[in-house]
Amino acid sequence: MAAETLEQVAGALAAEGREIALSHGMLAIVTAPADVGVVVRRLQSDFAFDLFLDVTAVDWPAQEPRFEVVWHFYSTRHFSRVRVKTRVPESDPVVDTLIPLYGSAAVMERECHEMYGIRFRGNADLRPMLLYEGFVGHPLRKDYVKEHEQPLVPYLK
Amino acid sequence: MDLKLPNPIRPAFTATGRDDHVIVNIGPSHPATHGTVQIIAELDGEKVIRTDVHCGFLHRGFEKECEAHTWHNLIPFVDRLNYCSALINNFAYCAAVEELAGIEITPRCRHLRTLLSEYSRIADHLTCVAAALMELGAMTAFLYLVMIRDYIYEHIANLTGARVTYTYGRIGGLARDLPDGWLTRLSEILDQFETFVGRVHGLVDRNRIFIDRMRDVGVITPADAISWGCTGPILRSTGLARDLRKDTPYLAYADLDFEVPVGIKGDNYDRYYVRMREMDESVHMIRQLVETLPDGPVSIVDHRYVLPEKDLVYTEIESLISHFKFVIDGPRIPAGEVYTAHEAANGELGFYLVSTGQGVPWKVHVRSPSYVHLGATHRMLDGYQLADIVPTFGSVNMIGGECDR
Repeated sequence: MAAETLEQVAGALAAEGREIALSHGMLAIVTAPADVGVVVRRLQSDFAFDLFLDVTAVDWPAQEPRFEVVWHFYSTRHFSRVRVKTRVPESDPVVDTLIPLYGSAAVMERECHEMYGIRFRGNADLRPMLLYEGFVGHPLRKDYVKEHEQPLVPYLK
Repeated sequence: MDLKLPNPIRPAFTATGRDDHVIVNIGPSHPATHGTVQIIAELDGEKVIRTDVHCGFLHRGFEKECEAHTWHNLIPFVDRLNYCSALINNFAYCAAVEELAGIEITPRCRHLRTLLSEYSRIADHLTCVAAALMELGAMTAFLYLVMIRDYIYEHIANLTGARVTYTYGRIGGLARDLPDGWLTRLSEILDQFETFVGRVHGLVDRNRIFIDRMRDVGVITPADAISWGCTGPILRSTGLARDLRKDTPYLAYADLDFEVPVGIKGDNYDRYYVRMREMDESVHMIRQLVETLPDGPVSIVDHRYVLPEKDLVYTEIESLISHFKFVIDGPRIPAGEVYTAHEAANGELGFYLVSTGQGVPWKVHVRSPSYVHLGATHRMLDGYQLADIVPTFGSVNMIGGECDR
């Protein structure tokens, strides 16, 4: 059931500039940053991918563009999974927010922003979630040394 | 006093919507927030108008630390995500690595992992329900449930050597097989479980105070629950029978007979009842698994991914070399990426792993149910009373370890 659905989705979404493949039982779609919103909107409205699982990034310092942004979706109707990936450069790490489509995007995008410095256009609330106000840098980037110490937050009087 | 304490968070709002509203700060150092969550709430009298929920006080840099340790050495780390059901974390992580490496586990291992996952689910639900009841003042029910949980902890300690963080899963298998008499004690504990959970049902199910505090409080609709990413008992309490064990069966779940209990309203009472019923289903599953437990080894033999037997390490040079290479360099997992999800006690626990073919992962990302549920909590808090925050938050069962990572 799931495999047939994924083939249908792959066929319907096939287009120039998109790479679609099956990977470990899951559909993996690689596309341009500007196209992510279009793809996700279709996944949600036409193919019932109603559960937004998470968004994260993968840092490849030696490659250009440097960051891979990765979204995972699940369908509670036909129980299949899809991964959407895109690449953004270090100089302008921006992708569109998915808040208008999924409520859960709000906290997941905040985490991705603080950990990798990816900005989500349209998400006005990118305050730190796991880190704190005043944290310097993005700890999950590969050039952030694990032992790096943070400046002490001043004690306000 | 004109002393301003430093605040590590920036609230989403600092001004009230109306003059007679007040903003209060709840937590993080409050027992009912489990020590790790801070809630900024705007109140109209006792009514909660809006809330801003913060986490991160238990952030330990899990994902960063994972990139500096071998695939094998991560197993103790994943224990410390959801420390109420550490075995489920172990097995989900191992399953993700095995998927990447193309490892097929043995039938006995598959059965034992299923059995121990369900056993851990019982311990996790017992903790959640007991704590939620205690916060409402039901001390007897708390002691009944925690007593059984402690029997389970001691019993798993008999198998793994630890009470809470077991480190029992291994890539390609398990640390060791069951000790003698373990299954006999298991059936004793399950019988006692039924007695004591029956007493708790009798104490609270139709209790007027309990119903008043739980029924129609913290309601979330099915559409909202989906949109805000809820899974597990929270999603099922709204009436949607979505369970990865049924929908995308993994381990030995396809061979088992069990039901997926659902609620009717998505309120605190339903979340309590769904958890209680899920424990019954878990007991039912464990009994089936004990009856059909196959013989055979618990780990595969493959020196690329599995530690050699200890007595061979001491007696033959190949195993000794293999042991040292494994511990120092780590198992070389083939390059690629994988997302594997298991139905943990709180919902979908997913591991997204990226490997470059080295002994150390390039990236480990955890899709933890608690973190996503925390983002949805305000939907269950807004519009109810200040005092309802405690039972609602208890029924969400946010585990600091997996939420903050």
